[in-house]
Amino acid sequence: MSVHEPTSHNFPENARKALGNKTLQRGLASAKVGFRIRRSEAAARLPEFETLRDESRDIKNHTLAHIDLYLEEFEKRVVERGGHVHWAADAAEARETVLTICRAAGAKTVTKGKSMISEEMGLNAFLEENGIEPVETDLGEYIIQLRGETPSHIIAPAFHVLKEEVIETFREKHTHLNPDRVIEEARELQDEARQVLRERFLGADVGITGANFLIAETGSTVIVTNEGNGDLTQTLPRVHIVLASLEKIVPTLEDASTILRLLARSATGQEYSSYTTFSTGPRRGEDLDGPHEFHVVLLDNGRTDLIGTEMQDVLRCIRCGACMNHCPVYGAIGGHAYGWVYPGPIGAVLSPSLIGVEEAHHLPAASTFCGRCEAVCPMRIPLPKLMRHLREREFERGIPPATVRWGLAAWAWLARRPTIYHLAMRLPIRLMALLGGRKGRFRSLPLAGGWTSQRDLPAPQGPTFQAMWNARGGRREASK
Amino acid sequence: MSKASRDAILGKLRGSAIRDGDEASARAAVKARIKTHARGTIPARSKLDRKGLMNLFAEQATAVDATVARVAAADDVPAAVADYLRGENLPTTLRMAPDPRLDDCSWDKAPMLDIAYGKAEPADQVTVTGAFAGIAETGTLMLISGPESPTTLNFLPDTHIVVLRASEMVGAYEDAWDRLRVTGRMPRNVNFITGPSRSGDIEQTLHLGAHGPRRLHVILVEDDG
Repeated sequence: MSVHEPTSHNFPENARKALGNKTLQRGLASAKVGFRIRRSEAAARLPEFETLRDESRDIKNHTLAHIDLYLEEFEKRVVERGGHVHWAADAAEARETVLTICRAAGAKTVTKGKSMISEEMGLNAFLEENGIEPVETDLGEYIIQLRGETPSHIIAPAFHVLKEEVIETFREKHTHLNPDRVIEEARELQDEARQVLRERFLGADVGITGANFLIAETGSTVIVTNEGNGDLTQTLPRVHIVLASLEKIVPTLEDASTILRLLARSATGQEYSSYTTFSTGPRRGEDLDGPHEFHVVLLDNGRTDLIGTEMQDVLRCIRCGACMNHCPVYGAIGGHAYGWVYPGPIGAVLSPSLIGVEEAHHLPAASTFCGRCEAVCPMRIPLPKLMRHLREREFERGIPPATVRWGLAAWAWLARRPTIYHLAMRLPIRLMALLGGRKGRFRSLPLAGGWTSQRDLPAPQGPTFQAMWNARGGRREASK
Repeated sequence: MSKASRDAILGKLRGSAIRDGDEASARAAVKARIKTHARGTIPARSKLDRKGLMNLFAEQATAVDATVARVAAADDVPAAVADYLRGENLPTTLRMAPDPRLDDCSWDKAPMLDIAYGKAEPADQVTVTGAFAGIAETGTLMLISGPESPTTLNFLPDTHIVVLRASEMVGAYEDAWDRLRVTGRMPRNVNFITGPSRSGDIEQTLHLGAHGPRRLHVILVEDDG
């Protein structure tokens, strides 16, 4: 199988490489700030934003507590309207299901809207191996497909690619391009992709999209895009296949509408994305266009293991990407270092849950717990708390090396004994303050190479916080 | 294969003790929630009279790069279409939705327009459709698929012109869902359209016209009698 195998176990090395990758660093520096500003402006324009976050969290909590019943309702409605629902326990079963539908349709070419579930399934490589050509149609996905890469951001898959690199890729892969034709601007690249993909849309036998929501009330699937590629993908071919994981379900059109008020604002800072499309069954008898077949592939792939556990909250995620846009770790290393489909804080929680703590235990450890991800998550997922659960699980399974375990044990012993702790701190701190000298910082320090290889370590300035606190009578205040 | 996985998934979910209380009351709760389809908080910004909604729609749609022309009556629509196409230097050949609501616009008043009806063909540059509703909250158009409103008209052309009447204007998405429920049908597609197609996938700089229309022009009919 040429499916991209996870490299999350290799996270420290991946991160080191990312930090040294000048192109990536340039892209990250310019891109991440824009997302943050736009989100906060969009939230500020809607006074009801915080209330909607509470309501959306409650909608998903209610749905997850009744998920079996809502999925049954959804299935019933899809079938009633002439569609098909296929349940898949894991990625392999979902791939086989898609292949069977494509074969039955005699498909040679399949156009695709953006779908993280498709990435999770490793669908493109599998279709290629079976003689079916998958064509990604989201501009970012198309670019990285041409480059043989994977997405580095869940809503901006080509986040890591610079414009010059896109020009190179198009020059190389679009062999029809006249070498004399000037292509310099993003707009020209977009037009070139539009022209090429237009033909692919019209010639495809099957269109595959993801789903942002499934609606139990009506049996609808929902996609949200800015480009309109998902709509051409699902309207022009004879067959429309929707790939969705179980937790995308919500009860009603109103529930989806409430959460949709948060999605674009949290993701790109738009009030609403250009296209929000509800699809229900195949074309009706008298319709002039639309697909003749409508299939929904419902993927579990480990999610049922999370339901009813301390990790359940992660299933509220609506994949807006706000957590990674605000994460200092993602901002420093980008998405690929995380080594599997989902990067950033949501990946640090989802990956160990879905592909195992053994493979992905580094990810929840690579967090400062600064809490920004939770502060911006529209669904109020307590991401730091979930990462802490995963760290505990990692420790319980004896995954960290012995030195780390002993070090932590020694620290825990010390931290529980304040008197000894203070004594033990006072001396080295005085010593470091002395050695730090006039510069007040260290270029290198024994045992602290992990820190000082990338940046200076500030030297302690004067007494400890506890000593200052006591000197100001803090202890007296606190005991009142 | 699918059947076995279905039973396994549902069985596992039921075994996960995800809720308190008995099965019958859980089922009743699910049925009731779907039946009542209660609304969440509706943003106050769209609690306006008809005129206020028209203004809010125009403001929001313009903010996302749609263009809006306001005409007094349906009879003024053909001239507004011709004016727009001339102003943008666009072809006057257009594909129109076979929508009876567009029939009272007396298209013969604009003889320069060369009109064909039906779904969109790949060569179509300009399409004209009606809308099921306008949602003032975000300047969003709601179009529903049907023989009178083929979905391809909304996505294939370079320029999409939408005729929206005052009587079709609502404040929030939920108001539009209520109107759809009254019709008693759920069409294959419900398209919410907010501005023309765009992409920011190359270095996060936004450009219009990724795959869908490069231009979205809304003709607001203030008095539709």
